[in-house]
Amino acid sequence: MSSILEISNLSLSFGGVKALQGVSFRVPENTVTTVIGPNGAGKTSLFNCISGFYKPQQGTISYQGKALTGVKPPVRASMGLARTFQNIALFRGMTVLDNIKLGAHVHMKSGLLGSLAYFGAARREEMAVREEVERHIIDFLEIDHIRRQPVANLSYGLQKRVELARALAMRPKVLLLDEPVAGMNREEKEDMARFILDIREEWGVTVLMVEHDMGMVMDISDHIAVLNFGQVIAEGLPADVQNNQQVIEAYLGTSDMDSLRKKLNPEREVA
Amino acid sequence: MRIGDAKQSYEADESIWKSSTQKVWFAVLLLVLAVFPFMADAYLLYLGCMVGIAVISTTGLNILTGFTGLISLGQAGFMGVGGYTVAWLSANSALPFPVTLLLAGLLAAAVGILVGLPSLRVKGLYLAIATLAASVFLHFIFAEWESVTGGMGGLSLEPAHLFGLSFQSDFEMYFIIVPLAVLMVFGATNIFRTRTGRAFIAIRDRDISAEILGINLLRYKLMSFALSSFYAGVAGGLFAYFYRVVTPESFPLSMSIFYLAAVIVGGMGNLLGGILGAAFMTLIPEALKLLTAALTPFYPNAPIFMSPMLEIIFGVLIVGFLIFEPHGLAEIWHRIRRFFSLWPFKN
Repeated sequence: MSSILEISNLSLSFGGVKALQGVSFRVPENTVTTVIGPNGAGKTSLFNCISGFYKPQQGTISYQGKALTGVKPPVRASMGLARTFQNIALFRGMTVLDNIKLGAHVHMKSGLLGSLAYFGAARREEMAVREEVERHIIDFLEIDHIRRQPVANLSYGLQKRVELARALAMRPKVLLLDEPVAGMNREEKEDMARFILDIREEWGVTVLMVEHDMGMVMDISDHIAVLNFGQVIAEGLPADVQNNQQVIEAYLGTSDMDSLRKKLNPEREVA
Repeated sequence: MRIGDAKQSYEADESIWKSSTQKVWFAVLLLVLAVFPFMADAYLLYLGCMVGIAVISTTGLNILTGFTGLISLGQAGFMGVGGYTVAWLSANSALPFPVTLLLAGLLAAAVGILVGLPSLRVKGLYLAIATLAASVFLHFIFAEWESVTGGMGGLSLEPAHLFGLSFQSDFEMYFIIVPLAVLMVFGATNIFRTRTGRAFIAIRDRDISAEILGINLLRYKLMSFALSSFYAGVAGGLFAYFYRVVTPESFPLSMSIFYLAAVIVGGMGNLLGGILGAAFMTLIPEALKLLTAALTPFYPNAPIFMSPMLEIIFGVLIVGFLIFEPHGLAEIWHRIRRFFSLWPFKN
């Protein structure tokens, strides 16, 4: 399987705080790849490097074989990198429908004058986007009953789903999901897991996610990378990772605190 | 009464008019606007023109401040650019008013883009100060660049003209100002049904995730500045044609604050709010004057007592709005509509 995203030797620090140290792993195409690790392991920093908010001091991220160094966030979006955020980042003043349509922004062309007149090409484009959003996204994610509601009125689980819808409207090749089921109840989690699997299978999108819910991670992931204190400590199939002694100690805990302390550099602090 | 609004096509669902009832009411409104100048006396006609100009400028500022979240104290400056452009063209060319107003808007938009350049780096109050500086700077140019602006004495204008028709009286100006106001509010409504308007709101609500969605922040912030200043420039041009004279004091700083207050009182990020706010801010001082006149027969001292009170009452009204109706006049209107949507089958 070829990799769509390859992260090699990535290092990022904020002053003395080393968030990522020589992180390398690959995301095979058309898989659900999950990054796990304890709080503060650098997972969200890694996502921010991939989407272009943080500039790593070292290392490269290559996407479809091309290095992303120096590429600005909006351009990365148009190349097919979409993401959702850990703390929902929807536009609270807008309706669900408008939020989702915003995802299609980069694929639209109409300019200021077309918008002012709402005529000809600009109008046709709006209609085409509406239809696409309705047919493929709203229907798929089962959010048709809330499409006219302002996002601020929705429950947490629905907001997460709308954020996923917005990311899908970007027609992504790689979808970065930052804790897609955090704070959800069991039923909502199951729905979300089903959507993620469908997105991979039916849309052919590669999913890279960060998640803490081990049950879900082990169930739906094809590939897992484990991050601890800014370093990759294991990578592989769910079953391999589950049985890796280092992972069990570092992530799930160990009774032998001394051996754990020895492994960790006491100076290190992580954002 | 309407009991449902099932739509058969996305086209219908995306339309400005959600039902045929709305279309009818809008037609009634247009009719009233068209008949108004034939019924109104000179004073009401004057007020109608003033409200029309204020609606254009407030809508412009609403695009920038209410929808894009960029506070500007430069609106009077941009109106000044429009006003002086029209005045200068009127003295130095024979161009008809649609052309001069368009050029006024475009020049104001160009100045707006320049003033908006710092907006990528500074936000909120800092941007307000930056635009305030621009406003002071523009005022200085109006006062000092005598060869073009006529210095403190200003410029006087020929009446607006088109195809040999000349628009002199308030009555004639009304037929330029009000249709233009309707047209420009329509344009703004369209903006917020499309990609561009969504990008503006996205920048206001959360600029970081706007960037993640591929929205170029600088481009859209400048676009918002340009559009807002274009509206201001056209409003300023109409202002110049209406009074037929522009001086540096025609566009004082307090005017910028007036428009900002209109946006806030009406409802930020709501086009209807902008219109209501503009009407409120223009008409309330006049209403208070009328009140004074009505009181004079009973209290002969009313003018002496009331004239300093007017400003205070006006201020208290604005503060009251901010406290009791933070979403502005538009919210009151929505409440009225909700009440009547099921009336009389609801208690």
